[in-house]
Amino acid sequence: MDSRDELLELLRENARYSTAELARMADMDEDAVEETIADLEATGALRGYQAVVDWNGLDRERVRATVELNVTLDRETSYGDIADRIAKFPEVTTLRLMSGDYDFLMEVEGDSMSEVSWFISEKVAPIPEITQTVTHYVMESYKESGIEFGDSEEDDRLSISP
Amino acid sequence: MTIEPSERVEAVPPSGIRRFFELAEQQDDIISLGVGEPDFSAPWSAREAAIASLEQGKTSYTANRGKLELREAIAEHVDRRYDLAYEPEEEVLVTTGVSEALDLALRAIVDPDDTVAVAQPSYVSYEPGVIFAGGEPLSVPTRRDDKFTLTPEVLAEHGAADADVLVMNYPNNPTGATMTREELAAVATFAREHDLVVLSDEVYSELSYEHEHTSIASLPGMRERTIVFNGFSKAYAMTGLRLGYALGPPRVIRAMNRIHQYTMLSAPTTPQYAAIEALKRCDDDVAEMRNQYNRRRRVVLSRFEEMGVDCFPASGAFYAFPESPWDDSEAFAEALLEEEGVAVVPGTAFGEAGEDHLRVSYATGLGDLKEALARFETFLS
Repeated sequence: MDSRDELLELLRENARYSTAELARMADMDEDAVEETIADLEATGALRGYQAVVDWNGLDRERVRATVELNVTLDRETSYGDIADRIAKFPEVTTLRLMSGDYDFLMEVEGDSMSEVSWFISEKVAPIPEITQTVTHYVMESYKESGIEFGDSEEDDRLSISP
Repeated sequence: MTIEPSERVEAVPPSGIRRFFELAEQQDDIISLGVGEPDFSAPWSAREAAIASLEQGKTSYTANRGKLELREAIAEHVDRRYDLAYEPEEEVLVTTGVSEALDLALRAIVDPDDTVAVAQPSYVSYEPGVIFAGGEPLSVPTRRDDKFTLTPEVLAEHGAADADVLVMNYPNNPTGATMTREELAAVATFAREHDLVVLSDEVYSELSYEHEHTSIASLPGMRERTIVFNGFSKAYAMTGLRLGYALGPPRVIRAMNRIHQYTMLSAPTTPQYAAIEALKRCDDDVAEMRNQYNRRRRVVLSRFEEMGVDCFPASGAFYAFPESPWDDSEAFAEALLEEEGVAVVPGTAFGEAGEDHLRVSYATGLGDLKEALARFETFLS
């Protein structure tokens, strides 16, 4: 694994590692770490750094839904054009073009079910190219972005062993 | 009446690590860098295979030598990874951990008063194993200046030329030393010249960070005089499943199996299913664990350097072996435990050659590891 891939792997594991920590773990100079990250950001490979939140532990409600979208295309309108329009809404956290029974899979987040429902029915469904929406509300999250939400396991190893 | 333990057992002192374990157990909230096993769990697909075998009611004995499917997977694996060719039917024996395999090998080949040279510092079982088998252990201390590798010079200097057997372990517990092909070739030449049988414990073979692991058995003229030991504990984080194996020429494997069939019958069945899955489909899990250990290794080595603690650049297993900041490594380890709640193991637990050193295990999550090193630094100042 070259140092660029090593850095990407480390940042994907924990984007809050400091430059000094990254340098130590990847066996690089701190300057080289900064430079590589700057390059990755400049070329658009590194698009952002976000926290993985388990809302269950907090008193604030978060409602999320995945929505299947079917669309019709015409000579002037491509998938990309439609995607640009939908992706602009801040409520949309993820938007992907899919193979199979529907065209786009959209993830939406809001403070309440009525807010999310309103957004889908009033903002997304009326877009002329969209022919059908099927909404699935998330009931429980067990793992997000590679992180399990269960209780962490106790270290039950002997404290000293040969 | 009282039951008297045999003289043979009385001749072997209890493990030096035991006393330290008891000290550490008395204290709450310690961070232990004294653990000789992975902090990961076995890959889920391997655990799942074990569970599935239980659901299917696979709870009977296996063949004495282990399930043939497992022996075939082992043969395929060591061929692919280490260029070792062993016949699954005749030359592979699945055992209850490497510990059993080593015990079998010593009992199978050591005659009374045979001398068994043991490269030191070493895992705690080798010398007692030699004594239990009726042999005479001979310590061959490796040196910090040689990065704790074994050299023909130290072998000669300590009289190993007259020994019958040599026990070695690279990547090494406790030092974290590894040996390159060239360094092993020099030891192989010595073994051939002086007609030594080599018992090579390679249980940390998947954890070599600076170069590919070489098995001494793959060097010219060594296969017929070497027994290779390996297992699933370290590479696949399966210490508690107790599964290892020995590879060797048919005659010695037959001899080992004779003891094994009378004393153990067969290695436990459930772990054998986990092991088959591990060998066939868990390369990526091993690579991921190796990456994690390697990052921690760099953290530990660079932090010791910052602290001015002399530590040779350990390149394997999951141990660093710094020089003890105090002359008395036991006193240092005890004080570090009492004052900062950080457990490390004094080098003396691994034989006299470990004196003045500490074994620091980085089989601990990065957060705890960093905290423990910070406390180590506080303690020094």
